[in-house]
Amino acid sequence: MSFSGALAQLFAIALALVLAPLLSGWVGQCRAWLQSRTAPPLLLPYYMLRKLFEKDVVLAHNASSLFRAAPFVIFGCMLLACAIVPTLSTDLPFAPAADALALVGIFGLARIFIALAGMDVGTAFGSLGGRREMLVGFLAEPALLMVFFTLAMIAQSTSLATIVETLAHRELIIYPSLAFAGVAFTFVSLAENARVPVDNPATHLELTMIHEAMILEYTGRHLALIEWAASLKLYAYSCLGLALFFPWGIAPGDNILALAAAIPLLLLKLAIGGFLLAAIETVNAKMRIFRAPEFLGTAFMLAVLGLLVRLLLEVKV
Amino acid sequence: MNAAIPLSAQLINLFAAVILLLAFAMLAQRRMLSLVNLFAAQGFCLFLATLTAAVTTGQSHLFYSAGLTLLLKVIALPWILYRLVRQLNIKGEVEALINIPTTMLVGIVLVMAAFNVALPISELSHTITRGTLGIALAVVMLAFLMMITRQKAISQVVGFLSMENGLFLAATSATYGMPMVVELGIALDVLVGMIILGVFFFQIRDQFDSLDIRHMEKLKDN
Amino acid sequence: MDFFILMLAIPLVSGALLTVVGERDWAPNLNVVASLGTFLAAVGLTAEIVANGPRFAFGEQFFIDSLNVFFVSLTAFVGLTTSIFSGPYMRNERDRGRLSKPRLRLYKSMYQLFMFTMLAALTTNNLGILWVAMEAATLTTVLLVSLYRTPASLEAAWKYFILCGVGIAQALFGTVLLYFAAERVLGAAGNALLWTHLVDVKAQLEPTIMALSFIFLLVGYGTKVGLAPLHNWLPDAHAEGPTPVSAVLSGLLLNVALYAILRCKVLADGALPEGYAGQLMIGFGLFTLLVAAFFLSRQKDVKRMFAYSSIEHMGLITFAFGMGGPIANFAGLLHMTMHSLTKSAIFFAVGHATQKTDTQLMEQIRGLIRINPLIGWGLMLGTLAILGMPPFGVFASEFMILTHAMKHYPWAIPILLLALGVAFASIFGKVQPMVFGETTAKRLPHAPAITPVFLHLGLVLMLGLYIPPYLTRWFHEAARMLG
Repeated sequence: MSFSGALAQLFAIALALVLAPLLSGWVGQCRAWLQSRTAPPLLLPYYMLRKLFEKDVVLAHNASSLFRAAPFVIFGCMLLACAIVPTLSTDLPFAPAADALALVGIFGLARIFIALAGMDVGTAFGSLGGRREMLVGFLAEPALLMVFFTLAMIAQSTSLATIVETLAHRELIIYPSLAFAGVAFTFVSLAENARVPVDNPATHLELTMIHEAMILEYTGRHLALIEWAASLKLYAYSCLGLALFFPWGIAPGDNILALAAAIPLLLLKLAIGGFLLAAIETVNAKMRIFRAPEFLGTAFMLAVLGLLVRLLLEVKV
Repeated sequence: MNAAIPLSAQLINLFAAVILLLAFAMLAQRRMLSLVNLFAAQGFCLFLATLTAAVTTGQSHLFYSAGLTLLLKVIALPWILYRLVRQLNIKGEVEALINIPTTMLVGIVLVMAAFNVALPISELSHTITRGTLGIALAVVMLAFLMMITRQKAISQVVGFLSMENGLFLAATSATYGMPMVVELGIALDVLVGMIILGVFFFQIRDQFDSLDIRHMEKLKDN
Repeated sequence: MDFFILMLAIPLVSGALLTVVGERDWAPNLNVVASLGTFLAAVGLTAEIVANGPRFAFGEQFFIDSLNVFFVSLTAFVGLTTSIFSGPYMRNERDRGRLSKPRLRLYKSMYQLFMFTMLAALTTNNLGILWVAMEAATLTTVLLVSLYRTPASLEAAWKYFILCGVGIAQALFGTVLLYFAAERVLGAAGNALLWTHLVDVKAQLEPTIMALSFIFLLVGYGTKVGLAPLHNWLPDAHAEGPTPVSAVLSGLLLNVALYAILRCKVLADGALPEGYAGQLMIGFGLFTLLVAAFFLSRQKDVKRMFAYSSIEHMGLITFAFGMGGPIANFAGLLHMTMHSLTKSAIFFAVGHATQKTDTQLMEQIRGLIRINPLIGWGLMLGTLAILGMPPFGVFASEFMILTHAMKHYPWAIPILLLALGVAFASIFGKVQPMVFGETTAKRLPHAPAITPVFLHLGLVLMLGLYIPPYLTRWFHEAARMLG
């Protein structure tokens, strides 16, 4: 690992840490605009994080060590995910580890910890949220995997770096399968990040929430870490989506200059992506929790279709 | 490999894929008017695919065929359907016999079967868009599934027309068009069929006060 | 004037004319006159083909050879007799208040257009136009099936439309595949769907595509033939539509659909390994035969029962053509003719019987022979004929099919005998008390047209005893063409 490589990797991680809350703030702001509300400040997530870090942690009496460890594990997982997703460059030191399957595994690990933590204290909402989270997860993961398989077939590799490399530096070819995979990926992202059609990040209505239900018992820096991890997850998914389906502008090398050149484009893409997310959330109503399987089933189906279309239309020409 | 595919063929493939996607969307759709919208969108994709094929090959009859598709499948038939839905005052959700996720799963299996059947054939073809044959077959199967699982007369008809779309896709994209006489005849049949159906709907409604075909299960061999 | 053009023009023009003048009192006569004209033109055309051999019309779009001219004359003949029969029948229906004048107008004009579509389907050389004409034949008859506008008839027409629509869509896919295969050999020019061109290059057609194409065509057109398991529309449509429509559906439309399959089979046989298409047809035929025989025994409605009998015979004919070879093809063609004539005669008789008794339930029809001996005997003789009693012609053709099957497909014999036996027992057992015994029937204001019944039965009897040599030659030629 060269020194500049390590530096670039650190830079990408730092950028993720900084940009992730900003992205959440931006989405919140867009949502407010679209819904004709007074927009909260763009930097609100930072204020929240600072406030939470300054507060003391209050723990339930029966909270186990798992409850205390979970925020750190989740945060670590999300940070690692952000590190291996090719956001700025496809040739960073962590790139060899950036396998699509490994990424799904990292997300899965974080999910298990958050669900366990939710159940740990033994409140009704925590276990309800945990169960729902696992339901969503068990439906979303196969769909996500199918999306990755479709892409892997195009690139002949499951390495994210290779996939993005292939997609970014190809001639302009229309892949119908990519369209299917893209829609499926959007569905999965919405569900995984607890966005509107499946969950509402802004709600505290007990019976409908999923993500919020699990973290009700968290306070102080634990809560801060979890909130930060959630925004990192959104950031990771957004960057992944952008890298896979709009890969232009991602630097192939690892020198700082190339990375710096990739930043403005990334910001622009994230801004547009965030706006679109807010638009999706505004246009759609949250669906009943029992519809979520159908929603994710559709995502899975689309991903499978993408794979089939790939097999039929694009292979063996 | 892929680089060898000309842009037009890629476009046709894309439209074909979107037609397949819309066929699935129709299968999942619960509301009647949205169903008609989806059907119109499918017709429009078919029109685009045919147009692309026409521009590529320069065959004049494909242009006529594209025009015919636009007139019939995008404008006339959806318009007739809209009017029917409004005049017959069809409200509420489309009732499906099997719940929708199951239908979708069956749909995927059908698509796989269709692709499997079509693969050996597409390998024999010279036309670059041969892959669309499998898609066309899949669309036909999905439309068939929709006709089986839906209980309202109108959604059955939309399924029927969607099946026709699949067949047209097979005819125009996979083989670059059937002879003109045949296409004209087919279009005429579809139109006349639609008009007859329109008449028919009113007869059914007058007789049963509903367009739910569950009322029409009296004729059975006991 | 060209007989061929005349034959197609007369039903087309008179169909259009009848939409205008169909409510006049003399309109039924116009219907008969038009059918007579069509028949005469068909006879002229037949004579021409017999004398001069096959010919084209409208460029190469239409083609008449010894195979289809035989169907053409049969169709025109049954069309004529049915129009004669429907005159008094429809007047009775009107007097009973079941049909209004506009509906009668619709009936007559659709009847002529239906004849047109069938004749076009039979004579076209273009497999695409064949499809178009078959679909048009469905469309013209859908509104005829629902003519009474009763819930049951609407349901029947809906089923008919949807099932046949689905079936015919499969046939279109088969046609597209066929074109797909033909295009590779003949090029994308317009003649890649012309049968005469295809038949020249049939050995070069890609087998993989042809195999799939034939399956689709067989299932698709098979739906219209009434092959199981897609036969459900047929009994409903026959039972709920007016009787003349049942007669032409059973006597003609099924034949035309089967003819379409035969044309495709010739191509498939050329491209595919020996027996592929034949085996498929044998399978479908036997299955249909069994299903129909099973359902026959459970029927209460007389028209439904005879509709199932039609399905049964179509299964038998499909089986015969599936066996292939000159003898089986000859038997198949003969059986098609016999079935057409006999079944339409039966429907004529049944139509009058149901009018007299006001019901289609067999339990309530009794003692027809008391009220009208001619109708009673007509129904009895027709039933005996369709059940394959000697000396009627159906016996001859069934005998040929059975002996041929005994020789080449002995395993099928038990199935055939079982089906035919069940059919015999159930039909005869139900028709016998309808004809004999005490009566409930009443006289009708318009005397029924008996001539068509006995004309048909007379022909069937004659062909059972003696087939004129020119007819034999003609059948042989057609059978040879089928390979």
